[in-house]
Amino acid sequence: MIAIPVEHCLLLSVMLFCLGLLGVLVRRNIIFVLMSMEIMLNAIGLAFVSGGARWGQADGQVMFLLVITLAAAEVAIGLALVLQLYQRYRTLDIETISKMKG
Amino acid sequence: MLEFLWLVPLLPLLGFLLLVLLPLTKRAAAIVGVGSVGAAALLTLLIVVELFGLSSDAQVFRQIYWTWMQAENFTAQFAFYLDPLAAVMMAIITGVGFLIHLYSVGYMDEDPGFARFFAYMNLFIAAMLVLVLGDNLVVLYLGWEGVGLCSYLLIGFWYDSHANGYAARKAFVVTRVGDALMALGMFLLFLHLDTLDIQQLMANANDQWQTGSSLPTIAAALLLGGALGKSAQIPLQTWLPDAMAGPTPISALIHAATMVTAGVYLIARTHELFLLAPDIMFLVALIGATTLFISGFTALVQTDIKRILAFSTISQLGYMFLALGVGAWSAAIFHLMTHAFFKALLFLAAGAVILCVHHEQDIFKMGGLRKRLPVSFWSFMIGGLALVAVPLTSGYYSKHEILFAAAGNENSGQLLWLLGVLGAVMTGLYTFRLIFTVFFGEENTRVHESTVGLVVKLPLVVLCLLSIVGGWFVLPLDHVFPASEEQAISGITSLVTDVAPFVGIFIAYLVFHQNKALADAVVAHTPGRLLQRFWFSGWGFDWLYQKILVNPFMLFVRINKNDIVDSFYRLAAWLMRLIHRLFGLTQTGRMQWYVGSIALGVVLIVGAGIFS
Amino acid sequence: MSLELFLFYLASAVAVFATLRTITCLNAAHALLYLISSLLSIAVIFYLIGAPFAATLEVIVYAGAIMVLFVFVIMMLNMGKQTVEQERSWLNPVIWIGPGIICTVLLAELVTLLVQKERLLETVIVTPKEVGISLFGPYLLAVELASMLLLAGLVGAYHLGRPLTQKQPGSIK
Repeated sequence: MIAIPVEHCLLLSVMLFCLGLLGVLVRRNIIFVLMSMEIMLNAIGLAFVSGGARWGQADGQVMFLLVITLAAAEVAIGLALVLQLYQRYRTLDIETISKMKG
Repeated sequence: MLEFLWLVPLLPLLGFLLLVLLPLTKRAAAIVGVGSVGAAALLTLLIVVELFGLSSDAQVFRQIYWTWMQAENFTAQFAFYLDPLAAVMMAIITGVGFLIHLYSVGYMDEDPGFARFFAYMNLFIAAMLVLVLGDNLVVLYLGWEGVGLCSYLLIGFWYDSHANGYAARKAFVVTRVGDALMALGMFLLFLHLDTLDIQQLMANANDQWQTGSSLPTIAAALLLGGALGKSAQIPLQTWLPDAMAGPTPISALIHAATMVTAGVYLIARTHELFLLAPDIMFLVALIGATTLFISGFTALVQTDIKRILAFSTISQLGYMFLALGVGAWSAAIFHLMTHAFFKALLFLAAGAVILCVHHEQDIFKMGGLRKRLPVSFWSFMIGGLALVAVPLTSGYYSKHEILFAAAGNENSGQLLWLLGVLGAVMTGLYTFRLIFTVFFGEENTRVHESTVGLVVKLPLVVLCLLSIVGGWFVLPLDHVFPASEEQAISGITSLVTDVAPFVGIFIAYLVFHQNKALADAVVAHTPGRLLQRFWFSGWGFDWLYQKILVNPFMLFVRINKNDIVDSFYRLAAWLMRLIHRLFGLTQTGRMQWYVGSIALGVVLIVGAGIFS
Repeated sequence: MSLELFLFYLASAVAVFATLRTITCLNAAHALLYLISSLLSIAVIFYLIGAPFAATLEVIVYAGAIMVLFVFVIMMLNMGKQTVEQERSWLNPVIWIGPGIICTVLLAELVTLLVQKERLLETVIVTPKEVGISLFGPYLLAVELASMLLLAGLVGAYHLGRPLTQKQPGSIK
């Protein structure tokens, strides 16, 4: 039994999530966009773990593990794409790949 | 031979399939087209001989092939039913049909659609055979609709002319009115009698229905509607004159052997039902008498040789309906047969004439053809005499049987008889007007005779013979129809009936041969001219239908030209395209816009969750 | 205020500050270091709220393995001084307005939702053993799926990460 208010944990996770979102929206460098997405995923993980801690259940941490897995796969693919992008266009500007418009 | 009955309709059908599927040469097409019908005719001859060789009680033969459709208590077998009535019809269809096919080989020789022509003709014969052999009303209806389809195809055979297509459509649509009524009649019969098998149907009707009660009256009236459409009786007769648009052998086939006789056959086949509805019987007689009278006058003022014959066909069909209406069933079928002979003869002879004068059909542009075209002339003469019912020709016997039966009918028989006799006078008048105008008088057309070969002459000669001797025998139909009691015919009635055609011929001789100015003088007066125009238009039926049916329909069509209902769907499609374009604008390809809109959506949804 | 609570708030403050710096930093390597410190402070929080297994994973996998990937990529791309200038030109103050509004509103909404509920004061320790039993008990299928996902990521990254050949379109020599 540890006296840490769960809602403060959730508050922190919400703040981190919003900061990550802000980063995704603002940055044009694709590496920073990826980092911001990591921040968002991490915030989600924090929410899961604190929820699990509140109820004393292992499920929260299991979910965190799955989130980490997802983050790892996503980063691997994302960074490979970054390399491709840089090899083709010599830039990391996300605007350059806006050709897929309708 | 009876067990080969199935082969009779199948042979023309096979001929049709061969002609449609294989790219045959003209010679092969002629052999297949004529040969299949010829084989069917030969087989029919053997079957008919065998059938009539049986004792009169056993002259019924039924062959069931497969169950065509089945639903709960409704079963339609694909089955043929052969009795003397069907046998007579079969003989007429295949026999006359074969002669017309043979004639067509010569007539259609230079036509590019030679194989197609024979394919349609074969299908026509096959459909008609299915019609007369059908054991139940469903099979009969199959043949019925097949005949309708083939008539459409054949009337519009020269489809590159607009008028021909119009005539074909008209025939199809007008007969469709009758067909719809007939289908309703079939539904009604099945609903109340639980079967469509004709023999069973008649037996059930006799068991369950009272004579003159409302149900048989309605059912008979609906079937009569179908018969009127196919047999071109008032008020559905308007399609037949326009059906002359097709090649002449088709006119012969439609008017003599097949299509128009279907209505007469239908009523004869279901005569027990009509006997249960005396009111409808009288209506049939009245319609027949009116039709023969009206179309007689119409034929008198036509100038197109084929239209004259067309109206005379309607008139003769009127005689058959008159006979049916007064219960002289076998007289109706007898007249159907003799009419098939002499009308086929007349049409084929007319075709030969038309062919020799370079497809000129106006009788006033012909004249004096007697010496130049002896075969056609004598054919026309014999056919005309039979049509007019001069003694010793086939038409005399059949028509007189009808008129005597009408005279003896207790239900205003005198009126029907009078109309019939007046019609006979008119028949003599218009027939000999045609003959005098075309074959006598001075020559005024150039004739080339080379096209009339043996294949054209042979059918004419055979039909000449049949037109004369065809009436010398009594059709053995006594076991199919209830015997009509012998009526005592007064001597004066008999005399008037005999003399009537000669009166017509004599008037025609006076007006159209001896003193041609007389006819012109009559037309010169205003009442005469008006009457002439009124008759020429077929008593204004086309005009009337144009006004009350076609024009309102066309008005609807014009109003709905852009498809009002469709415009709603077009609006929907337009809206979809608009939305599509709007959403297309949002797809910028810029990832941050996407993320931003997702975030905005989340904000809105969560906000809605909070404030609701 | 107990020691745990103090540590919790301290770690939270560090995490927020480091994250803020991550998204505003112009140099990618610096941003990455801030991100790592943010992750580490969250690992501390995990430990404090009774999830030692999650804390371990956070340090080893997140701050360790995943961030190393970033480091590699940044090193491979070898972005020099001019990229900092470029970042500065991209990050002009005007473009912060719209995203800032959206994120602020979202934050406000989520906080509103959090405040509406009754206070939840305590947390319970969940040992790695329990997590392991849960993982290989009811969540076995999820674990298998996660392994498939990682395999797909491996194959995909290998395929996409190949050097560009001459014939491929869009290449700039």
